[in-house]
Amino acid sequence: MSYSASEMMIVAAARALAGARTVFVGVGLPNIACNLARHTVAPDLELIYEAGVYGGGPARLPLSIGDPTLVTGATAVVSQADLFGLYLQGGLVEVALLGGAQIDRFGNLNSTVIGPYDRPKVRLPGSGGACEIAANAQRTFMIMRLKRRAFVERLDFTTSPGHLNGGDSRQRLGLQGSGPALVITDLALFDFANPEHEMQLIATNPGISIDTVRAEIGWPIRIADVVQTTAAPSAEELRFMREELDPEGMYR
Amino acid sequence: MTDKRRTMAEAIAEYVRDGMAIAIEGFTACICFAAGHEIIRQRRRDLTLIRMTPDLIYDQMIAAGVASRMVFSYLGNPGVGSLNAIRRAIEHGIPAPLELEEYSHYGMVGRYIAGATNLPFYPLRSYTGSDMLQANPRIKIIDDPYRGTPIAVVPPINPDVAIIHAQRADIHGNTQLWGLLGSQKEVAFAARRRIVVVEEIVAESVIRADPNRTLIPGLIVDAVVHEPYGAHPSYAQGYYDRDNAFYLAWEDLSAEHDRVVAWLDEWVYGVADRAAYLAKLGEAHLTQLRPTPAPAGAVDYGAYR
Repeated sequence: MSYSASEMMIVAAARALAGARTVFVGVGLPNIACNLARHTVAPDLELIYEAGVYGGGPARLPLSIGDPTLVTGATAVVSQADLFGLYLQGGLVEVALLGGAQIDRFGNLNSTVIGPYDRPKVRLPGSGGACEIAANAQRTFMIMRLKRRAFVERLDFTTSPGHLNGGDSRQRLGLQGSGPALVITDLALFDFANPEHEMQLIATNPGISIDTVRAEIGWPIRIADVVQTTAAPSAEELRFMREELDPEGMYR
Repeated sequence: MTDKRRTMAEAIAEYVRDGMAIAIEGFTACICFAAGHEIIRQRRRDLTLIRMTPDLIYDQMIAAGVASRMVFSYLGNPGVGSLNAIRRAIEHGIPAPLELEEYSHYGMVGRYIAGATNLPFYPLRSYTGSDMLQANPRIKIIDDPYRGTPIAVVPPINPDVAIIHAQRADIHGNTQLWGLLGSQKEVAFAARRRIVVVEEIVAESVIRADPNRTLIPGLIVDAVVHEPYGAHPSYAQGYYDRDNAFYLAWEDLSAEHDRVVAWLDEWVYGVADRAAYLAKLGEAHLTQLRPTPAPAGAVDYGAYR
């Protein structure tokens, strides 16, 4: 069965949630990935949304992070003081999915500005909850399309801390969570499983060469000893995604 | 107790003055567009607009020229894209430059809590390792006096006026809100004045029958405005859906300053009040935003005599 690069990215993100109990979800593609995970590899997964929803089970594809469909039927709906204080800072978020306009080799993210902060060329949304999510989730997964303008040598602005300057620099600053664990893109997967906590290629999507991946990254990317090929989406993964989660094909 | 009911025009005229710091909160839900539009109609100037997510309401207000400063934490049209009018103000000074004070979500929540509880600052595990510290010198890192380790703090915020949209209140301002609670309670207690805007005015006995749902006591409320559909195109849980089609359409409607001005002429300056806006929107449009019922099971508080 044929599939798109976006569908492969969603499926890869869903599989990475295998066995997880709680996930902090963003709208759009991450929302589909989390709901797919719940149907496949993580049946006990509770979806946490920064709008104040714990255990959401949206009956339709939400456009915004605060869609009323996330409220009806949720396990709990709480104030944002409780959501950020008790749930996130309290350490209850196992995995958080984050994205941004730029990412560097240590998984630091920029979602604030392109150009100088005071005279931005492009003003981006800013942190929202991303800064504290990056600090406090037990692990973070980044979901981003692999593009040279996004995978950069130097961020224009660090909105959300990843492994900072690498090595133990994150630990030394006293951040609670262990930081970026995985980068899921439309072409390949990366992790940070080395002493420097530097992004490294661990798998390519079917039909994608290592050189294609290299060409989209603004620094000499580290390559793991073994680079695997990610398994293509199964028929059931595609069916559930297309029929149940995104029937209008907004994220196909 | 006094009857605090006012029309929107009366409440804005009485409490919102040029140069004030105003917070219209509501996280995606219960954003009081009716109040924002009335502030535009009354041509307030030089306001500081406070909100975690400026959303379309501040995009419209800033294009209309009511504000010179904004305090915020997320500048986007969620799931759609940018807030084009605010970006024009920041990137090109159109229609006027906009001074920014930027936080993260939890930083804004913490500012409201500190403001509401008379704390000198609010500590939170965020900002370390982020350039937000350089972008906003009011966010500081101090030493935890007990463990000696660094911790970020944000200052309290006390808006001059908070405008809170909710499902229902009695005429004294005892207000009940459900669905996404956002930071509505915290901003209400932090503000110096509070205008509550509701879908329904109910009897005091309705409020007293379910006291756990009372987020804001009439004690701190200055005015109660009965304004059905006052949050459109955002939503009130159980009353009407978010008008996602409008949020999507805003991307085009806001693409150029002149187009926003034309939209404001038609939909804000061109209507006298919210009732006229709703009449213009049409009954059919509102009907299709109504959800089917999903009532909560009643709980029993018990009577103890």
